[in-house]
Amino acid sequence: MALLSKRDSKLILDPLSDNNPITIQVLGICSALAITAELEASVVMSIAVLFVMGTGNVVISLIRNIVPSRIRIIVQLIVIATLVVIVDLVLKAYAYELSKTLSVFVGLIITNCIIMGRFEAFALGNAPWRSFLDGIGNALGYALILVIVGFFRELLGSGTLWGYPVFGDAIDMTGLYALGYENNGFMLLSPMALIVVGIIIWIQRSKSTHLIED
Amino acid sequence: MEIKSSLHQLKEKFKGNTFAPAFNAFHTFLYTPNDVTKGGTHIKVADDLKRTMNMVILSLVPCLLFGIFNTGYQHFAAVDAANGIIREASFLGNFITWENFLLGSTKVLPLVIVSYVVGLTVEFIFAVIKGHEVEEGYLVTGMLVPLIVPVDLPLWMLTVAVIFGVIIGKEIFGGTGMNILNPALTIRAFLFFAYPTWMSGDKVWVHGAVERTGTAEAISGETILGSYAQNQEIIYSLSDMFIGFIPGSVGETSKILIILGALFLIFTKIGSWRIMLSTIAGALFMGLIFNQVVDLGWITETSNFYGLMSVPFWEHLLIGSILFGAVFMATDPVTAAQTLKGKWIYGFLIGFISIMIRVFNPGYPEGVFLAILLMNVFAPTIDHYVIESNVKKRLNRIKLKTA
Repeated sequence: MALLSKRDSKLILDPLSDNNPITIQVLGICSALAITAELEASVVMSIAVLFVMGTGNVVISLIRNIVPSRIRIIVQLIVIATLVVIVDLVLKAYAYELSKTLSVFVGLIITNCIIMGRFEAFALGNAPWRSFLDGIGNALGYALILVIVGFFRELLGSGTLWGYPVFGDAIDMTGLYALGYENNGFMLLSPMALIVVGIIIWIQRSKSTHLIED
Repeated sequence: MEIKSSLHQLKEKFKGNTFAPAFNAFHTFLYTPNDVTKGGTHIKVADDLKRTMNMVILSLVPCLLFGIFNTGYQHFAAVDAANGIIREASFLGNFITWENFLLGSTKVLPLVIVSYVVGLTVEFIFAVIKGHEVEEGYLVTGMLVPLIVPVDLPLWMLTVAVIFGVIIGKEIFGGTGMNILNPALTIRAFLFFAYPTWMSGDKVWVHGAVERTGTAEAISGETILGSYAQNQEIIYSLSDMFIGFIPGSVGETSKILIILGALFLIFTKIGSWRIMLSTIAGALFMGLIFNQVVDLGWITETSNFYGLMSVPFWEHLLIGSILFGAVFMATDPVTAAQTLKGKWIYGFLIGFISIMIRVFNPGYPEGVFLAILLMNVFAPTIDHYVIESNVKKRLNRIKLKTA
């Protein structure tokens, strides 16, 4: 027997392709532009969002019937804030350097529109298990784009991957740098992240043409 | 059989082939095709897109030739200066010389060739994928690009930038005529932000200055703008600036040739004189404001901006690339404002912002390309409001009549 029913696995797989939160719904762009200059930061950010969305969706789903609808936004914000603080403290305790690179952006997960969007659109109306899958799926869809953008930006912008030099040493002029290669400084600026996301959207829509609106 | 008819037969033979657009591009570049429209009334004018583009290229050729000689001249002048010999520029004496031409062409022609080959390759690939005809837009862009980059720019960087500029600046919008940003300036902006060490500073503007850095034969490549920004003495005379015996991007130095090009474009009705004039007016206006600020004593010589602010307002036109931008970049018919009133506003703001960036941010070696790109983005908005106000005016007229 399959681990997940067909309906449930759709919750995970859809956000990875045809309903991607970044490339299709165009949500969560701000953090995708801000922290993707390095692959490591992108991955850590993705894990943080994965945790917040997975847990948050479950919590919201569990209390969905007892929260009055007029104060639901405040309740949602409290849930996200609590989870974000947990992530922030864990990062500060176990990965201090990285938490400095991510700086305010961990705190700003709270403003990540994908999370609030899923709370509102899904967790408020579905059972905990399905909400959990939905949260994980959307976080993975977000993570996929972040990692792709982070990969290209770090590779072309700094010539490294996860901090390890790929093309040789830029200061000692070894490897490709000896031939005159130089890192593309534009890649480290946010506009280029927007262009990379744009190119991903372009490729995705030309592959699956049913996504193109008239 | 004549070449023309045999080409036509070749075309018929390969109709529908994947590479038909590529063939057609070369075909129509040299010959008028045999196919003509049938039925209905058609007015045929001589100035199609291809001819328009060729006229712009013609007006750029003097700048290119001058740039070739100037590249050589600046190099040898800088070498002389490093040895303590001060050169007096004379057009026939030490400018139009064989050695200047030889050195200049080995540096400038590769830029031209790379620009055209890479850019047209991208255009051909897109034409073949999309199955439409190759557009002529790149003919001018390809000529502009080598004229607005420093001469020592590594060719692979130019390649990357041209691919980026043509795809992101033009093709994703739908090709020639649909682009929001001027492709040539997109290429320059990409180069500037991606490889700032090759696009700014006091070394890149004269051939050889970069590779000789730190050696006993080091030479300077400082531009006039750079010297002003650091409050240094200017060693070039006004006539040098006007004729163009100064360091700078390849084709932007000779103001007189740019003015001749401008007159040619205005005479052939290809370039908009409104945009050229209003850009210059905007630049002069901003220059006057800065002069006033200096005259009133609001800033003193200790200020970082003093050097550039105290430049006489008219001299701003002689240094940097404001004239080149006004004549060849701002007037791009695709990205400029379309309405007549809009053209005045668009040009004025380009000049105004150019000088503002030039003075307030000496870190950007030249604000003209940023100002034009910014106004490219705003051009549709300007047009929108000009049209809206016209509509309003006419509605009022109706009201007056009926009332």
